[in-house]
Amino acid sequence: MIAPDLLDLLWQGLGETAYMVGVATLLSGAGGLLIGVLLVLTDRGGLLAAPPLNTLLGLIVNIGRSLPFIILLVAIIPFTRAVVGTTIGTTAAIVPLTVSAIPFYARIVETAIREVGRDVVDAARAMGASRRQIIAKVLLREARPGLVAGLTITVVALIGYSAMAGVVGGGGLGDLALRYGYQRFEDDLMVGTVVLLIVVVQIVQMLGDRIARRLSHR
Amino acid sequence: MIRIEGLRKTFHTQGGPVTAVDGVDLTVAEGQVFGVVGRSGAGKSTLLRCVNLLERPDEGRVTVDGVELSALREDRLRRARRGIGMIHQHFALLDSRTAAGNVSFALEVMGVPRRERAARVDELLDLVGLTDRAGAYPTQLSGGQKQRVGIARALASRPRVLLSDEATSALDPDTTGAILSLLRGLTRRLGLTILLITHEMDVVKRLCDAVAVMREGRFVESGPVVKLINQPGSQLARDIFPLGPVPTVPGHALFDVTLAGPAGDAAFVSGLTRRHDLDVRIVAGAVEQLAATRAGRLRIALPQTAPGLADALRELRTAGLGVEPAR
Repeated sequence: MIAPDLLDLLWQGLGETAYMVGVATLLSGAGGLLIGVLLVLTDRGGLLAAPPLNTLLGLIVNIGRSLPFIILLVAIIPFTRAVVGTTIGTTAAIVPLTVSAIPFYARIVETAIREVGRDVVDAARAMGASRRQIIAKVLLREARPGLVAGLTITVVALIGYSAMAGVVGGGGLGDLALRYGYQRFEDDLMVGTVVLLIVVVQIVQMLGDRIARRLSHR
Repeated sequence: MIRIEGLRKTFHTQGGPVTAVDGVDLTVAEGQVFGVVGRSGAGKSTLLRCVNLLERPDEGRVTVDGVELSALREDRLRRARRGIGMIHQHFALLDSRTAAGNVSFALEVMGVPRRERAARVDELLDLVGLTDRAGAYPTQLSGGQKQRVGIARALASRPRVLLSDEATSALDPDTTGAILSLLRGLTRRLGLTILLITHEMDVVKRLCDAVAVMREGRFVESGPVVKLINQPGSQLARDIFPLGPVPTVPGHALFDVTLAGPAGDAAFVSGLTRRHDLDVRIVAGAVEQLAATRAGRLRIALPQTAPGLADALRELRTAGLGVEPAR
């Protein structure tokens, strides 16, 4: 049996995780989408072909992808301070979470959009579609199932990363499991947290799968 | 309706430059169906993509319906492309939209208001005989149905010119026949001018008024179907009416006789017998009703030593038939 104050802790942790992951998802979703689209458009033979820009963008994304999250968390502390005015707390944790998830999602977006056939883009061009129409009505719309599936993966990854947010006092479920459960040997709380995380991840994955399936007519 | 002058396009690949189109001139008259045939890699596809400037030619001019497309900037070109429909080998439909949605897409691109779209979509689906499948997604459609959607979509802007990129190559023979009939009917009803590329001789037979044979980026033969078939040594005639390997018939000489146009209707076999006392054996042959004319080729064996042979051959040639030693 879990004591009532432990339930409170779990509830609070869940709220913090939801807040961090929710906001980080919104921001990195938008940022990743933008950069992912740019990665496709600026590529050689793309609609806005600019190979040097593409190479630069790819390099930045790769750097973002290769930094371990815990290092990134610390490394961008000055940036975090500049953005949210503080370097500790739940809100402060959102900044590194977002920064690390943007390149992650950007690559997924890029892959999803590349799945859209070249012939469909040609067909749209032949109809006299503008670049904007092709991006919105062909590339993004046709890639929707992949974009949603990718966002699901990103949310789950963010839930995982958010466990490390404790380093900057971010709180959340992962932090709870680490500090109370692991470091203070409170097994029931650790188990409770882990179970809760599993349930949350499961729900996110199921929801994501369901939406992706509904959008897919393949 | 379509005029192409001195078209050249070279691709710079890792294996060095590849000249896909190497100086092509082409004129398609209004209402004409013009086919470009050739093996894959002959440059047909690039040629077609140069017509609506999906591919920008390195040299040469492309004029469609009096507008020199190759001189237009991107924004003007976009508008001009709406007057040119295009259908594709693999249909190129949007998987995320229904049949009706795919047709509607073309109207959206043109900025047709939502209210007018629905009625026009119905009209277009009706035109291609697909009204009952309006709500189906591409994966739920057969190949032939997908191409019907493709055709409806291509006609959405009421184009006067249609470009067809191997439109039936991914379809089975029956479906190909149905799609070709549909296209044939549409050209008449809507007064369309069609430029198509294909490697299927059936398409040439059933649809084309004029044809060009393309090889290594150049036209090696080009003109009205009847004229090309009649041309001595025509590759097109041999491709359309293949007669197989030449057999040996002891004591006989073998000739390939080409029939096309009015001359083809003459009763030449009995004529040879009556006037030149020749026994005529038919070794191989194919005669068909084409879109443009009835035409065919017959491989006949005539007695080698018959005295009337030379006169007979001369008579056939005078009558307008193509006669060549079989090969």
